[in-house]
Amino acid sequence: MEARREAVGEGRGRAPLWLLAGGPLALIGVAVALFAALGGPGLGERAGPPVEELAVERSVLRPGEIELTVRNTGPDPVTVGQVFVADAYVDFEASERELGRLDSGTLALDYPWQEGSPYLVTIVTSTGATIDHEIEVAVETPEADAGFFGLMALLGTYVGLIPVALGMLFLPFVRRARKEWVRVFMAFTIGLLGFLAVDGYLEGLEIGEAGGGAFGGAELLFLGAAISYLALVGVERWLSGRRERAAGAGAEGFRLAMMIAIGIGLHNLGEGLAIGSAYAIGSLALGAFLVIGFAIHNTTEGFAIVAPLARGGERPSFSRLGLLGLVAGGPAIVGALIGASVSNADLSAFLIGIGVGAIAQVIVQLVPTIRDDGGRALHPAAVAGILGGVVAMYVTGLLIAV
Amino acid sequence: MSSQDEKNQASLDKGSDPLHKERPGISRRRLIGGAAAGAAAIPVLHEVVPHAGLHSALAGSGEDHGSAVAAESGHSHGGGALGPTFRKGETVDHDANGFHPTDVLRDFDYGKTTRLASGRTLREWTLVAEDREIEVAPGISYPAWVYNGRVPGPTLRCREGDRLRIRLVNGSEHSHTIHFHGLHPAEMDGVPEVGAGVIDPGKSTVYEFDAEPFGLHLYHCHVGPLAEHIARGLYGTFIVDPADGRPEADELLMMMNGFNTNFDAEGNQVYAVNTVAFHYVNEPIRVKRNELVRIYLLNILEYDPINSFHIHGNFFDYYPTGTRLEPTEFTDTVIQGQAQRGICELRFPHGGPFMFHAHKTEFAELGWMGFFEVE
Repeated sequence: MEARREAVGEGRGRAPLWLLAGGPLALIGVAVALFAALGGPGLGERAGPPVEELAVERSVLRPGEIELTVRNTGPDPVTVGQVFVADAYVDFEASERELGRLDSGTLALDYPWQEGSPYLVTIVTSTGATIDHEIEVAVETPEADAGFFGLMALLGTYVGLIPVALGMLFLPFVRRARKEWVRVFMAFTIGLLGFLAVDGYLEGLEIGEAGGGAFGGAELLFLGAAISYLALVGVERWLSGRRERAAGAGAEGFRLAMMIAIGIGLHNLGEGLAIGSAYAIGSLALGAFLVIGFAIHNTTEGFAIVAPLARGGERPSFSRLGLLGLVAGGPAIVGALIGASVSNADLSAFLIGIGVGAIAQVIVQLVPTIRDDGGRALHPAAVAGILGGVVAMYVTGLLIAV
Repeated sequence: MSSQDEKNQASLDKGSDPLHKERPGISRRRLIGGAAAGAAAIPVLHEVVPHAGLHSALAGSGEDHGSAVAAESGHSHGGGALGPTFRKGETVDHDANGFHPTDVLRDFDYGKTTRLASGRTLREWTLVAEDREIEVAPGISYPAWVYNGRVPGPTLRCREGDRLRIRLVNGSEHSHTIHFHGLHPAEMDGVPEVGAGVIDPGKSTVYEFDAEPFGLHLYHCHVGPLAEHIARGLYGTFIVDPADGRPEADELLMMMNGFNTNFDAEGNQVYAVNTVAFHYVNEPIRVKRNELVRIYLLNILEYDPINSFHIHGNFFDYYPTGTRLEPTEFTDTVIQGQAQRGICELRFPHGGPFMFHAHKTEFAELGWMGFFEVE
């Protein structure tokens, strides 16, 4: 070891840095190319028949027609043989008959579907394998026109923006509260957020697994979570830097409130996504009950945002409060628009992951605010607050059925 | 959550194919390769096989399909509310399959006949079991096991009291037998462990017995797993004519069958008469107005408990199993369980296209329907 280091130190046979990096890369490239060209020498023929997988990424229903967008998520090419719907073979137009790995194509089926009925579409491949796709309820897919986007924006406003704003009305109340009570409120907020994180995680896993795994599925959930968590840590550091210059306890409270608003906003993006895509495929019963359910559920989020503002002496301006509400509730509108127009499991899992990571980061930030004078985080009042938050979310969550 | 429904996805790994459960270590790919190798070995065998069959006196009527058909260019019937169809314009490559369902209708194989010293007629056939990919619906291939290169196997036809000698040559990668419905000694029953028992690949045997009773019967492989050995295509029709024959008629063979293409043993994906789904929609069966038509109707469908036959604009006399000369029913619909069969006799009083299909309509829409074209 010593001898080698010395030799390098002497500069004998010293190669330029680019060669040290590029040499191995080139060798790896050559080895892979050779291996591929020789067809994996020594491995023999692959055991077993081809693995045929197709994921239906989107289904659009028009009168007398069902159009499926399919993607080959398996390792082998898939050739569509015929298609039957509810046990009847149908005529269809195919953009492509043979799909290579990760290729996608459309199948437009000539079928007189009836509104409100469930349908099982079965794609029979050239080898006789079958790939089923279930349409839970057949409803004509809304045209993506101005009226439709307007409706999605209204829906996002109802379930995101307004409830969050209503929740923020607790601000005068929390400002008057004593220090011990503020800690309980913050613990309550942690409970709320913790519930949202778990909820998002479970939902994201379910969606990711349904995606077929071509682009990772559940891994995308974790990727999204990691990206948002680390990005928010960066934002938080940047805000702390500014705070040091600005100083003041009020600024500290607002910074926390903003971090919570961002976290909740990213979560509401995923919530809007779920609502939008549910609406687009007709499986969402729009109605007062749903809106009321979301309103109560999301009102608690508004409370979570204003809770840190109790600690400061400085009164935040209405415009700043408005900004907080917009950051937390507005993404529901964006989510609804995305969900209704691009329905894609992988994208959904990724965006929900972003919400989960954001919430996790906010929770980490909130923990210091619930410490009592002895420095303990999990003192009895805080524990009660956390559990209270979880129960509040659980109970209000029961009001929503998407 | 809803967006997941959009991406409901299923995959089929043929590793779960029941075949592979039965025979771990044999990949389907190798089976297919083996089939090709088997096919290469077959021409030698074919030279001794009169598998083209000796057409009956009526076989001439089987030749007219070529000119007949309006839809030669492809499937044109149905679509949307007009009914089920495969993708428009697509048909099965009958040449690649090696048999044509329109020919199968009127292809009765009387075997090689010799007169015995006793004055009785001896009829001899050779059946070769092979593995062969066949296209059962446009663009969907099925790894079938076949007798003499076709599904259903040749329609063996004889007269009550004839002596029958059927040689089985196993050119398949799997062990097989031929089990005949009819009266015969136990050692001629074509089941494992009795008589010649199971016939291994490359081996052969001879089944010999008298033709009785008269009627419409079946033959099929009887090796386990039984459902698969039958469903893969190893079955055919065995007709014993009454000693005095039946009235002159345009005779048609209709074997109701189906294919469980994904091998899940839960129902079938393709249903048909004589193997190719919707074939007689593309090429209607040509019959003559007021002429007696006799349909030999059998059900060999696996994985579904019943099958049925229904004809439009007409009624038929039904002779269950064909073992009596008096009909039991005058009807337009008959239900058959597996291996049930019967003879339908009818005349078409009106010209034009008349549909026939399973009145288990699910089967009809998955391929089991066709047309008569009455001229």
